[in-house]
Amino acid sequence: MSHRSAPDPRPGVRRTVMRTLVVLAGMFAFAFALVPLYDVFCQVTGLNGKTSGSAQTLAHDDVDTSRTVTMQFITRGSQGLPWQLESDIRQMRLHPGQREEVRFTFRNLGDQTTRARAVPSVSPAEASLHLRKLACFCFQEQQLAAGEGFEAPLVFQLTRDLPAEIKTVTLVYTLYPVQQAPLARVPAAPISEGDEA
Amino acid sequence: MATHLPPKPAPQYSEATAGGMAGAHHDRPRGLMRWVLTTNHKEIGTLYLIFSLTMFFIGGIFAMVVRAELFQPGLQLVQPEFFNQMTTMHGLIMVFGAVMPAFVGLANWMVPLQVGAPDMALPRLNNFSFWLLPVAFTLLLATLFMPGGGPDFGWTFYAPLSTTYAPPSTTFFIFSLHLAGISSILGAINIIATILNLRAPGMRMMDMPLFVWTWLITAFLLIAVMPVLAGVITMMLLDINFGTSFFNAAGGGDPVLFQHLFWFFGHPEVYIMILPAFGIVSVIIPTFARKRLFGYASMVYATASIAILSFLVWAHHMFIVGLPLVAELFFMYTTMLIAVPTGVKVFNWIATLFQGSITFEPPMLFALAFVVLFTIGGFSGLMLAIAPADFQYHDTYFVVAHFHYVLVPGAVFAIMAGVYYWLPKWTGHYPHLRLAQWHFWLSVIGVNLTFFPMHFSGLAGMPRRIPDYALQFADFNMVTSLGAFLFGASQLLFVAVVILCIRGGEKAPAQAWEGAEDLEWTVPSPAPLHTFDTPPDFKPDQP
Repeated sequence: MSHRSAPDPRPGVRRTVMRTLVVLAGMFAFAFALVPLYDVFCQVTGLNGKTSGSAQTLAHDDVDTSRTVTMQFITRGSQGLPWQLESDIRQMRLHPGQREEVRFTFRNLGDQTTRARAVPSVSPAEASLHLRKLACFCFQEQQLAAGEGFEAPLVFQLTRDLPAEIKTVTLVYTLYPVQQAPLARVPAAPISEGDEA
Repeated sequence: MATHLPPKPAPQYSEATAGGMAGAHHDRPRGLMRWVLTTNHKEIGTLYLIFSLTMFFIGGIFAMVVRAELFQPGLQLVQPEFFNQMTTMHGLIMVFGAVMPAFVGLANWMVPLQVGAPDMALPRLNNFSFWLLPVAFTLLLATLFMPGGGPDFGWTFYAPLSTTYAPPSTTFFIFSLHLAGISSILGAINIIATILNLRAPGMRMMDMPLFVWTWLITAFLLIAVMPVLAGVITMMLLDINFGTSFFNAAGGGDPVLFQHLFWFFGHPEVYIMILPAFGIVSVIIPTFARKRLFGYASMVYATASIAILSFLVWAHHMFIVGLPLVAELFFMYTTMLIAVPTGVKVFNWIATLFQGSITFEPPMLFALAFVVLFTIGGFSGLMLAIAPADFQYHDTYFVVAHFHYVLVPGAVFAIMAGVYYWLPKWTGHYPHLRLAQWHFWLSVIGVNLTFFPMHFSGLAGMPRRIPDYALQFADFNMVTSLGAFLFGASQLLFVAVVILCIRGGEKAPAQAWEGAEDLEWTVPSPAPLHTFDTPPDFKPDQP
């Protein structure tokens, strides 16, 4: 690095520039790689309170009657979406392992046909790994005509291995509008009363 | 020391001073084209500094609008929507348009002079990286006149505020940020290539002035995190215009992911804005204390440690998003760890002052104010690092007070100290002493009147980014606004000092300050357009 006579700096400059460009490209790719990495990390640790996006089966049949957990259901609307979502039960006490069913009612209070999706979130986030959904309206988008409504069940199980320090599990459904994008992949299937996946 | 090198007869360039006042002759472009086409590091440095000063005033006017609205509770002057655009644009302009280009400008001017290089390693790239900036910020400012207004989601542009609920002009905002980011990246490449390859023969890495060292480390930070910012805003672009759902919960994305990605860029970014300031202060304090810098090597290692730690602390901006306990603890402890190398620096500056023959020229005044006031900002940072306490402080004026203390009397004062320090080298004249002193004292009083009461209103619970507030905060806000007007107005003095200094004043010799010993003080004042065409003979003054 330190020569007495001034050497031609150009090869060194070229090398430095090439190396920094490699680092640049690497960091740009890394930013995008973080998106799937973040999802994997959250799936493994359950940190973002997301539940599985498709139907699961009962993990086990036996019920842990030694303890009782409070399960709360909260529903939230969205700005600019005139929909109502309500559950028939706001709060229940249950034993880990029990198969439970709660019914949710959707209603479009607006004067237009709109599409929306109910996105779940579990708090505390660790509980999301232990909440298994056998059936849920949240697995797909819904479409409702003006004034239309329908009822759909949520069938779920809180597994036995739920950490002992968790006494209350809160499940929040937030309704999000789904834009009638021209590139909508699935043609909107009419959903009528009781129609549920 | 002060060897007057004879002006080099440059074959195709004049010996015009970088102040731009000397008339150009020969066959180089004249007038406007001279500045558009220049590849000279001194001229490009000047362009960067003028650009930064312009942005400083534009961002400052936005801040004045904010403070005028907050002078009294209630809505008086502007609509809340416009208020949000003002807070957002103030932050964006100051961070990306004022502070960062100012440091790049200083690096352009001083790094080649301090390492004994004839110019930057890639002069044409240098021209390109500067001229991207006026384009980027013209575009950014133009969004204010577009339908729906400019960015109104805070300078941190959290999704979904900046995607689902953003104004239509957001795509222009993204493009301008891309351009500013490319400019920073190219500037960083240039600085790294210059420092690593163009040092004077005999100058080892550990002989470099600290301003060069801190800029080298800053440039590496830029290379590492600006691509992440580019990635984040590209994802926003895709979410807004191409129907993806990176940050959209309805489509399976995660808004919290935005915050992780943003702060993975954002935290190193705040050190990008402060490390060169450390470097400037570390060359000014030894000069005016007439002592060698205490703990040179520990300064270098402390700077490198801060840079490395900056990648491990990002989630301390997100303590309230619902992190698990173990993550809260991890980010709390790593954040507190940063106080150690920072403390080393503050200790070294004070130890340099200890038993020195100190004089209080304008650069030294600003450097000393930097040490005191930056440390206050560091301490409020430590308070914010305590995760359980942060639940209370988050998004209050306490946070505003903290980051303004590290950025205004921190980064901005260091830039001003650097300008006062190197003005004799740039223009050949000393800055007007009385005016500079007035500028300093009005700025110090203004800064503290503005930002100190924010600690109290923040601790009392006043949220940031709101156009109206509860009556109990009225007194603090009035003091803050008065301080802001004082600080803003006193910056006009700074412009006056700089203009007067370019036009005339007491002549400065090559070694303009008695204790100044780096290589830039061996070339004449004002520095001729071309310096070190033959590398200087560098003799390390350490055994």
